[in-house]
Amino acid sequence: MPEQLYWEDVSEGMEIPAFDKIATTQMLVRWAGASGDFNPLHYDAVFAAAIGTGRPIVHGALKRQWLIQLATDWMGAAGFLKKFSCQYRAMDYPRNMQTMTVPLAGETWHCKGKVIKKYIEGLAHQVDCDLKLENGKGEVTTSARATVILPSRNP
Amino acid sequence: MQSEEISRLIGKNTGITIYEVEKGAIRRFTDATGDMNPLYRHEEFARKSQFGGIVAPPGFFGWPIKKTVDSALLVEFPPELISALDKEGYPLASALDGGIEFEYFLPVRAGDILSATSTLKSLRERAKMVFFTMETIYLNQHGSKVATAQAQYILRQLAPATIGQESPHA
Repeated sequence: MPEQLYWEDVSEGMEIPAFDKIATTQMLVRWAGASGDFNPLHYDAVFAAAIGTGRPIVHGALKRQWLIQLATDWMGAAGFLKKFSCQYRAMDYPRNMQTMTVPLAGETWHCKGKVIKKYIEGLAHQVDCDLKLENGKGEVTTSARATVILPSRNP
Repeated sequence: MQSEEISRLIGKNTGITIYEVEKGAIRRFTDATGDMNPLYRHEEFARKSQFGGIVAPPGFFGWPIKKTVDSALLVEFPPELISALDKEGYPLASALDGGIEFEYFLPVRAGDILSATSTLKSLRERAKMVFFTMETIYLNQHGSKVATAQAQYILRQLAPATIGQESPHA
């Protein structure tokens, strides 16, 4: 883990360290098992075509989890995620597999965020952040807002 | 849908679902998202942290209400809602996730036993689409509220010819 972030280190407008994610059909099956969401929309091409999405789509909840990780990686082990909300704005599609382990070329998403508000509520040193998932064309397909409690150097 | 029927459905709930938070399930969950945070998987690191042991990541809460049973897709909805929507040509198996809002009060620790109840909070129909919100309250084994979630769902009405054929879990 990187060094712990403190509330005093944060300023409004500050960017949160970004990272990239990809999704493969294999990863979606894994997520289905781990999350308990077995909707065939995410791994069955015939079902997805019949339901109207054309082909299988990435689980909204997996995209949500990537943005939660963006916040929790940044806040560190001494932080606490107090609120998190997200909206799905567009569908995203996984990469198919080339071999058992190697995906074909396809979409890469950029998880990005910035601090929009820094304040004290009661005894809690808090920050609000806007987070987003951008596809390769720069379109935001998932947006989120997180409220994080950070440790203070002067509690 | 008739507005009387909608008001009859508001407040219906799923009943309580109990779920034990297992370390292995936390690991599989974070493996699936690619989140290697040691708070979720490294015993010693987690023990020395503010939490005193392994915790589940925020968002782990899909689990308690989505059991791996035949009707996996449907246990998160009240039965009255499922049948009412099915009758109108909105099979819940085709529900799209519209977004979610979490509020967290306490950490979820490995070994916790959570109970979750989901209640229909609102529903509206517009242009052959239904939008509804389910509120889920999560309690731990001490009866303390650990989190609440407001989840939005979107359903599109299927053409009459396909009604009854597109609902594999019904």
